[in-house]
Amino acid sequence: MMGYVEHPTRWNRGPARFRHREGNGGPLRRNPAERLGGGVASGVAAWKGFNVTTVRIAFVLLAVVTSGIAVAVYVLAWLLIPAAGAGPSIGAKARSDVQGIRLAAALASLLILVLLVAAALSDSWLINWVWPQVLSVAGLVLIWRNAPADEQATMRHLVQPLEAATGMTGGVASPHRRAVLRLTIAGLLLLGGVAWLFSVHGSIALLRPLGGVALVIAAIVLALGPWWLRIARELVLERQARIRAEERADIAARVHDSVLQTLALIQRRADDPAKVIQLARLQERELRSWLFEGRAPNELDADLTLAAGVRQIQQDVETRYGVPVEAVTVGDTELDDNLSALLAAAREATINAAKWSGADVISLFAEVEPAEVSLVVRDRGEGFDPEAVPADRKGLSESVHGRMTRRGGTATVSTAVGEGTKVTLKMPRTATPQTQGPSPAGRK
Amino acid sequence: MSAPRVVLVDDHGLFRSGVRAELGRQVDVVGEADDVQPAIALIAELLPDVVLLDVHLPGGGGQAVVKAIKADHPQVRFLALSASDAPEDVIAVIRAGARGYVTKTISTAELADAVRRVAAGDAVFSHRLAGFVLDAFAAAPSAADLKPSFDPELDQLTNREREVLRLIAQGYTYKEIASELFISVKTVESHVSSVLRKLQLSTRHQLTRWAAERRLT
Repeated sequence: MMGYVEHPTRWNRGPARFRHREGNGGPLRRNPAERLGGGVASGVAAWKGFNVTTVRIAFVLLAVVTSGIAVAVYVLAWLLIPAAGAGPSIGAKARSDVQGIRLAAALASLLILVLLVAAALSDSWLINWVWPQVLSVAGLVLIWRNAPADEQATMRHLVQPLEAATGMTGGVASPHRRAVLRLTIAGLLLLGGVAWLFSVHGSIALLRPLGGVALVIAAIVLALGPWWLRIARELVLERQARIRAEERADIAARVHDSVLQTLALIQRRADDPAKVIQLARLQERELRSWLFEGRAPNELDADLTLAAGVRQIQQDVETRYGVPVEAVTVGDTELDDNLSALLAAAREATINAAKWSGADVISLFAEVEPAEVSLVVRDRGEGFDPEAVPADRKGLSESVHGRMTRRGGTATVSTAVGEGTKVTLKMPRTATPQTQGPSPAGRK
Repeated sequence: MSAPRVVLVDDHGLFRSGVRAELGRQVDVVGEADDVQPAIALIAELLPDVVLLDVHLPGGGGQAVVKAIKADHPQVRFLALSASDAPEDVIAVIRAGARGYVTKTISTAELADAVRRVAAGDAVFSHRLAGFVLDAFAAAPSAADLKPSFDPELDQLTNREREVLRLIAQGYTYKEIASELFISVKTVESHVSSVLRKLQLSTRHQLTRWAAERRLT
């Protein structure tokens, strides 16, 4: 939508006029709120009170007529005019960006080479065209490196269609395809150039001065080449340093959110050993899953698998009942309704053990096999006499048993007074895709 | 049997002194080292029965110590100790020649028991390691695993070995396993040792991949 931010209603009234109000009278400022590129056009429009679209059309016409000088002027304006509401101009910041200035100089010197070739071909149009482009490219480099993040995002957005056209978007096109594309374009350009040379003047005599040009170019490449390379390498190093700094900040934030918070909690709960142990254990589990399995703390499992479900039970029981749970999972598979029921039954059995057995650790073992998934909940606690179960415990046992048998599974409880309890749950697998190992059909 | 002579290798001084204080009465801690090179020198000099070895050492990881010592002193036995549960860490040290793996959260009594077991030449599997092994040997060997030059026996667990591993993963002690399966503790031990051998020698893809992730092939 067009319109001044501060006067949206005024803008929408009636047909667009070239000059619908006096300029704002203030200093010239770029207007990033309404930008297509740098917000120069909308800034000029706001300054003098023109319609933004008029300014833009005028600018494009100017760019064509002046064979690109207007583009360079635009880039310079972008660089030198501060954005509305922001501090100094990008140019002021760029002055201290030695790296950026060197990069701009390197790119400009490359373009000047093109200019030399153009001069050799004595094509004045090309020369006129190249000068402003040298300025524009150098200016854009400085803007890119020193612009605030939101303006960088706009630039990236503008470049995107270009990248897509040349297949430069990382990841989508393979390096191989990109190389083929690049070579094809280079080949076409070369063919076009040679054809042009021969067709326009029809004489090889013209090529004679080209030999000299080639020597001059070679000399320049020899002189400046190492410098270009060094600048490219420094850019890579700079980028790596930035990535490292970001990683560090990320780790610091994670450690703060988890470890430091827990340490603070532990200091406050120092008089309650059980709570301290529980906190330490929770933190240990969280750190471990982050360091060794790459899962962020408190990260939700988007597509829950059996192993994730077992981990969930382990965490919940440890947090709520303060009994450590040793969980081992062999293989993994997607959850379906049957396996969710299996997990629910296992959760009941684990909570049961945590509440009643008095064991200091509970073992949870899940194994995914081609034909069935089995889950064993075991404790070395006091066990019980199955014949003399209190009513409330029988209820839990029923809910474990009922859940399993309704879905075609089995639940076996083996226990005796003083010998701990072992609940074995088995659920046959339906034809679900396995996330690991060959397909079930291939075995058995 | 006299108490086994033990060397502790761990880069955390606090952890070493903790283990030494706890184990002191049950085993004979003869030395401590905090990095790969000092550890190799110390072990070669003292020739202990068992080395309690941290998987993560600054100068190259625990397997560097195992490899260096195994070449000259095959009689020294290693028990890997780690705070990490990552299979590539554990498998790498086991394949280098350690006789077992336990996590640092293990109780003192269990640790002392594990040290004695390793000193006697048996293998020690924590429930976690048993889980890894079942995982690694779960699928039928793929075509890539079945290279003709290797012993196919190494790439498969027997049903009995699988049962034993399952019970270890469920937290059973060897004695409990023996009574559960109606076999002797000695038989349980021989099953575990045989699994250890397969773990160290098998060329199964999963195992070599885990090991390769810690630059050990």
